[in-house]
Parts: sequence; structure tokens; C-alpha cells
Amino acid sequence: MARLEETGTLSREDLRECFREMLLIRRFEEKVEERFRAGELPGFLHVAIGQEAVAVGVCRALEEGDTIASTHRAHGHTLAKGTPPNELMAELYGKLEGCSHGYGGSMHLYDVERGNMGANAVVGGGLPAVTGAALAYKLRGEPHVAVAFFGDGATNIGTFHESLNLAQLWRVPAVFVCENNHWAESTPARQHLPLNDIIDRARAFDMHALKVDGQDVEAVYAATREALDYARSGNGPAFLDAETYRLVGHYVGDPQVYRDKEELRRLRETEDPIKKLRERLELSDEEFDEVDAEVTEIVEASVEFAKSGTDPAPEDALKNVYA
Amino acid sequence: MPELTYREAVRDALATAMRRDEDVFVMGEDIAEMGGSMGVTQGMLAEFGPERVRNTPISEMALVGAGVGAAMQGMRPVVEVMYEDFLTLATEQLVNQAAKHRYMSGGQLKVPLTIRTQGGAGWSPGAQHAQQLEAWFVHIPGLKVVFPATPTDVRGLLLASIYDDNPVVFFEHRMLYGVKEEVPEELEPIELGKARIHREGEDVTVVAIGPLVHEALEAAEQAEGEGISVEVLDPRTLQPLDEEALIASVKKTNRCVVAHEAITRMGFGAEVAAVVQHRAFDWLDAPIERVGARFTPLPFAPVMEEWCVPHAEDVLDAIRTTVQRDGD
Repeated sequence: MARLEETGTLSREDLRECFREMLLIRRFEEKVEERFRAGELPGFLHVAIGQEAVAVGVCRALEEGDTIASTHRAHGHTLAKGTPPNELMAELYGKLEGCSHGYGGSMHLYDVERGNMGANAVVGGGLPAVTGAALAYKLRGEPHVAVAFFGDGATNIGTFHESLNLAQLWRVPAVFVCENNHWAESTPARQHLPLNDIIDRARAFDMHALKVDGQDVEAVYAATREALDYARSGNGPAFLDAETYRLVGHYVGDPQVYRDKEELRRLRETEDPIKKLRERLELSDEEFDEVDAEVTEIVEASVEFAKSGTDPAPEDALKNVYA
Repeated sequence: MPELTYREAVRDALATAMRRDEDVFVMGEDIAEMGGSMGVTQGMLAEFGPERVRNTPISEMALVGAGVGAAMQGMRPVVEVMYEDFLTLATEQLVNQAAKHRYMSGGQLKVPLTIRTQGGAGWSPGAQHAQQLEAWFVHIPGLKVVFPATPTDVRGLLLASIYDDNPVVFFEHRMLYGVKEEVPEELEPIELGKARIHREGEDVTVVAIGPLVHEALEAAEQAEGEGISVEVLDPRTLQPLDEEALIASVKKTNRCVVAHEAITRMGFGAEVAAVVQHRAFDWLDAPIERVGARFTPLPFAPVMEEWCVPHAEDVLDAIRTTVQRDGD
């Protein structure tokens, strides 16, 4: 999965692969928005348009056996961790072929075989389990790291503080990745954070903390490598503050009445991680179109796969309650 | 057969599982050097060391949630929550996480986690250290709920709970830790979902859990002196519930009393009463009587606390009521 250069940076070939993956996530989520608006997708959907570099940069740095726990904004993490688009789209359509077999939906995406221990619809709800998974690795002497994704909004909830405290106290191999997009749903950081620098929250636990530009996939990758190496070497957990931007609403259909439209327009111009990477790679229009066509076809095929999937029987609802 | 206290029986089950299986470990507040606030884990630190007898900060959310995470990686953690009143702090982790990961993942995950906790009145700690909250968790699909009343049961049911692949909320009762009973030489798991009939009878079935099992047995003795033959049945596990044993007993006696220390309203007895009336309606000769605590937070003053929670005489009154009804 990860192809680490000696320098901790990515080759041009790897960066092009990152670009492809980020564009796949973008096109996938645009399709999700479109199908939701068309009335095809049930439930509550949150897309992470603008945050693709964090998902791809982090997941690319993981080793076989490392695990992640995700959030309500989980499509990108799930694809980046290796779940095929078909299985993800099938889940969004509530089909048995879905990655959670129709029992989870957008906010509860699982792919245990690929190390995705589940997206969580309770903000901060998955953090204690990441500490616990890391404890299991430590007790068994396994060389794995458990990685938590969460947003800046989650740093206000008790599970965040209790989990970081316990992880640091027990020096377990966990990495806490804050997707710091400056919004807790519709509430801006200035209304929910009493400090200027979110990294101070990790430092309060004496935790090894790194700050990274979350719109730069290579920087995210390198910082994650460092955090993973630190945790895997037995030093204890690490915290990654990935500054990123949610270039869309909190949920699909959110009119964003709370947001300055001009600022949002400007951010879409200046902080789109895909645009940035395209410029850096100096992709020609032809090169871009070629990748775009390929991933768009994958996304279209995933919709076809999902629509022709198997509906669960209503009474299947009674399965999987107990092991 | 050796005689163990309820406390020793819990410890024996924990230590036995930990000797057999490296994946079993215990964690909780004050459980290492101090041996737990109820002394259950005394001596275990010396045998198993601080990695497996793991003292934790006062941090119920992370403690229960870390148990969930370790369990999903294949460990079999036993988390001690010092008082069941403090389960309220970890309810999100129990209700939204432990109970639902298997389901939401479409069966990909197992959560073999045991949450041991204890509570109960009889020592005047006031309103935040003695509640009986077992019914809350029976309402949550995905959780199993166990509430043993005797040393034999607590020993065998705890071993079964640790090896169950589901999250189990395991209730102990503070006033039972000193109760003694002869237990089997060899520790065997007791299957979850099997009731125990403590005493056979013909006239009325008392379905009792926790400390009320002992109160019911005392009431049954007294009732016998009045010519009433009482059957005392302890479901032992509230989820899954041994409905068959329950219904068979009521079909034999035609009368039913349910008894627990928890508040009567919406208590576990309400569910038992519903099951019995639905499945054995034509066999019932009297309305089902419920015995439980009054609808109030537990007061401090001993005289008030004593008055709020049920005792043997309350069970006896309920028994008499159901029997008298027959002569109406």
C-alpha cells in the first residue's frame, strides 16, 4: 500500500496515484450528491469535498494491519482505505452487497477485512475504541497502529479528552488525526474553540503533536509516516492537526445560511486540494481528462452495480443483533 | 464442595479465565493495588501484573470504550465500573457503540466485552451510589444482561459472560458480596438464558432477581407456615430471558409475583408481567403482583431508605394478595 521513499516523500508516480484517488473520491461524492438530490439515496449524507488529501495522505501511509475509525463524513476514508467503490455505493443504496451489507449506511461504513473498524455517527464516539484497539496491539505485542479520524468539533466532547488522556497515559500505538476544517456542523471554530491552536489540546496531555497542511497530500503523507513511526516504535500516541477545508455544506442539501458565500467561493479557488495537486503535477488538460474519464467511469459503474444489487428482506433486520 | 463468598466467586471466575486465556484482562478504577472498591480483585495484581490488572483513571467513557476497541480486536476485556450509577457516564459507549458495532457492520465484528458493575441499597449511600439500573440495558438490542444472586451463579455466569462473543452488562449486588454458598469443585460456565428454580412450589411463582431472590426465599419459608406453597424462580439473565421456564412455572402455579430491588415502574418486572400475561393468560388465577422500590431517588436517612426498597415482608404480602384473590 505505502511506498515510502527514503526521504519520507512520494515519487511523482505515487503523487499521480494520489491524484487519481483524490479525484475518484471527489467524483464519487459529487455523484452521491447528485443521486441524493434525485431522490435515489435514503438517509443522511455528509460529503468531504475539499478534505480528500487528508484521507488519501493518511491512508496511504498506513501499513498492513493498521486500522482506522472514521466519522459521519466517511466516504473518502473508506475509499482511501481500500473499499471498492462498488461496495461503498451499494451500501449507500442499502444493498446486501454494500460494505456494511445494508445495516450501516453512509454514517456507518465498515470494512473490517481492510482495517476499517467503522465510521461513527456520534461525534467523538469512536475515539475510545481506537485507544482500546491500540491497547490490544500493545498487550499482544503486535506492530499495528490504530488511527482515529475526527474533526475540530469533536475536540470539545468528553470522549476526546478521556481517550487522549488514556492513550498517552498507557503509551499505546494510536494516531489521532484531527481533520481541522474549522466548522462543527454550522458552528465556526470561533464559537466552539476557546483557544487559537487546536494542537494545544494534544499538548495538554503531553502528546507528541504535529501540524500539517491538510490540502497538501504529500505533506499529510509525510506527517502521518512520522506519527505512525513514532507510535509504532513504542513511544506512545501521536496527534496530527491537519488543517483542511470543507468546501461544501455540513450535509448534502445544507443551504449553508451560516457561511460567507464570497469566502467559500475564494476557498474553492485557493484551497481545493485536487486543483493544487494538479498544478503541482503540471498535468495537461489531456492528462487530467484521461484520469477524470477513468474515475468517472468507475463511479458510474458503481451506481449501476449498486442499483442492480440485492435488497435485503425486511426480516433480515433481525440478523446480526447478536454474535 | 468448596464454600465461597459471592466476592470470592467473582474473583475465582476472573482468575480462572485469565489463567486460561491471555486475551482476558481486567481494567477499572482502583482495581489493582486496592483490589477494587468492593475488594473483588484483591490479590490479582500479584498474580497477573499491572498489564492485565489495569488500574485506570476515573474515566468511564474511555474505560468502557477502550474495552469495546480491545474486544473488537479479539481480546476479552472485563471492565469494572465501580458503581452502576456510573454506567450513566458510559451509556453512550454501551448503547451506541458496544451494542451496535456488530449490527452496523452487518455482522463483520464481534464485541466480546464484559462490563462488571455493582450497586444496591441497604447501606445508606444516598441517591447516587445504590441504584438498580439493570432494566435500562435490557431495552437495548445487542447487549446481554446478567444479574446473579448467589456465589455459584455469579461464578459460572461470569465465566460464560467472559467467553460470550457479545457485550454483557454484568450486575453484582453490594449486599451479596458476603453471601456464602457451596460451589462446584470444577468451575463450569452456566449458560446465559437459563433460569434457576431455587425452590419448587404449587401455589404461586415468585420471579425474583438479585437480592430479592434471598428475600423471596425467606418469604417462601414464612408462606409455607401459612399453608402456601411458593416456587422461587431466578431468571439470572435478563437478556436473553428464559421465557420457557417462566411460563412452565406459572402454568403450574397459576399465580405470579415479580420482585426486584429496582423501582417498580418500568422495572424488569413489568416485562416479566407482560410476557406471563401474554403467554399464560388462561392459566392465571390472579393479577400478577409487582414488588419493587418506590418511585423516588434513594434517600440517605436509613429509616427512609429501608422504607423505599422491598424486603421479604413485601414479597410475602404480594404472595398473600395473589392467593387471597382466588377466594374472592
